[in-house]
Amino acid sequence: MSRSENKSSAATRVSSFVLLIIFVTLALALAALVLAISLYSNPETQGIAVYWLLLGFIGLALSTYVLFQTRQRILRLRIETPPITTTIECRKCGFKSVREFQRGDYVFKEVEPCQKCNEKMIITAIYREVREKGKTPSFPY
Amino acid sequence: MLVFRKGESVNLVAALTVLKEQLIQMGDLLPGGDIFSQILTLIIYAFIFISIFYGQRIQLYIMLREVEGSLYKLKYIRDEGRRIAIETIKEIGKPQTDPTARVDRFLEYFTISPQSLDPAGIVWKLEHILDVRDARFKDEVRLLAPAADETQANNLENTLEAAMALNYIYKVIRHYYLLGKKTLSLYIIMQIQMILPLVMREAEAYASALKAFAYGQPIGDGVGALVAAKLMHGHPVRKVPKDCVVAEVPFEGRTAYVIKAEGPGGNVGKPGDAIKTIIEENEGKIANIIMIDAALKLEGEDVGEVAEGVGAAIGGPGVDQFKIEETILKYRIPINAVIIKEDIGDAVSPMRKEIFEAADKAIERIRQVILERTKEGDKVIIAGVGNTIGIGQ
Repeated sequence: MSRSENKSSAATRVSSFVLLIIFVTLALALAALVLAISLYSNPETQGIAVYWLLLGFIGLALSTYVLFQTRQRILRLRIETPPITTTIECRKCGFKSVREFQRGDYVFKEVEPCQKCNEKMIITAIYREVREKGKTPSFPY
Repeated sequence: MLVFRKGESVNLVAALTVLKEQLIQMGDLLPGGDIFSQILTLIIYAFIFISIFYGQRIQLYIMLREVEGSLYKLKYIRDEGRRIAIETIKEIGKPQTDPTARVDRFLEYFTISPQSLDPAGIVWKLEHILDVRDARFKDEVRLLAPAADETQANNLENTLEAAMALNYIYKVIRHYYLLGKKTLSLYIIMQIQMILPLVMREAEAYASALKAFAYGQPIGDGVGALVAAKLMHGHPVRKVPKDCVVAEVPFEGRTAYVIKAEGPGGNVGKPGDAIKTIIEENEGKIANIIMIDAALKLEGEDVGEVAEGVGAAIGGPGVDQFKIEETILKYRIPINAVIIKEDIGDAVSPMRKEIFEAADKAIERIRQVILERTKEGDKVIIAGVGNTIGIGQ
């Protein structure tokens, strides 16, 4: 089983028009920054250079923010399927093995014979492990 | 770009210098400092004007945009649910024809709850409606997936129900979004925007449930059934109405009738009927009933926390709880409950390790209750409630 599904659908596709606008804004913002630098070299136009610089930074910030948000939307649209573990045990000798879940597994199902004593083993546990991402208790009570 | 060419760059600089001079001349005509501070003042005035007259509308559009973003996600989850359901049916059920049209029809099914103007006898009416719904779903699954065995058919039924729930959530949110957009009513949009985080949580939980149902993996809600399965494993079991199994287990010198829904297919059974049957078989001579179920935790509580109390620990529409309460009242049987705490996401997604391990803690708690509340030789009922998908007996 894959960790995440990333099938293309109407909801995950980003409009090419939106992307075009983002990249045009980005290009204009970069041009504004270059212009600001060239204007700054002339003492007469230093005042205007500041405004071009401001405009360039605003354009750059806006386009990167929108681009980042678009990417975040695609990431958010994935359905996470965590790995599921199946534990198999031999009730006679206590031999234990852990493997990935397979379709048809269920708790207390009899499976293949034990490698040590040849007794039928049973599935004793099926679960998923969750790793809490950066969980810091903000409220200590 | 013009600026990259040396000659044209100079021209542009000259043009900008002229523009600046013109702006300064314009600024001289207006009172109050240089042109840039005047432009800034004008912008501030414009901002205040827009905030006063269009503030609410801007807020509305921001909210609409937020709802739209969530709606995209809901649509994606809904489509994925439908796709998984169709793929699983094709894989397991081996239908002769394409099941897509039938699945689409299934996703639109609805159930009308009975009239409650005169509430007397409503439980039986509700039970009948739910039975009809259940039978109809089972028939549909049989038609959709003729090659599926009973366990697989139950799992498919659960998968379709999860897909149905996602379809319904998406449609309701879309309805309010479009209604808000059409009427431009802040209050319609506000209501939906406020409950959106909870709705999204539920939808995400159903999305992770889909795979669990399709593959037949145990889910968090099945922890009650897991406790019962652990207690009855290795003892002879027999079927009891409806879709449940019972095993007579010697437990601390008492006889425990351990009940759970019949697994490993996705099934909750009717524990109400099963408990009633066992009580009547024993002519009411039951010393205690202990029910084990998963319960929603409050934020701040740990997943897999075990708590104990009294009453019938069973969710659902209330029919089974009503039946259990009626029967125990008739015979005056005390009832205890052991619950395992988890959130909505954990309840319908593959079982977490913490919840699986909590089953042993719950068994210990049951042992304590039995030792404290009953005498040796007594008969007790231990009922593990919940969806038994992926859990045998």
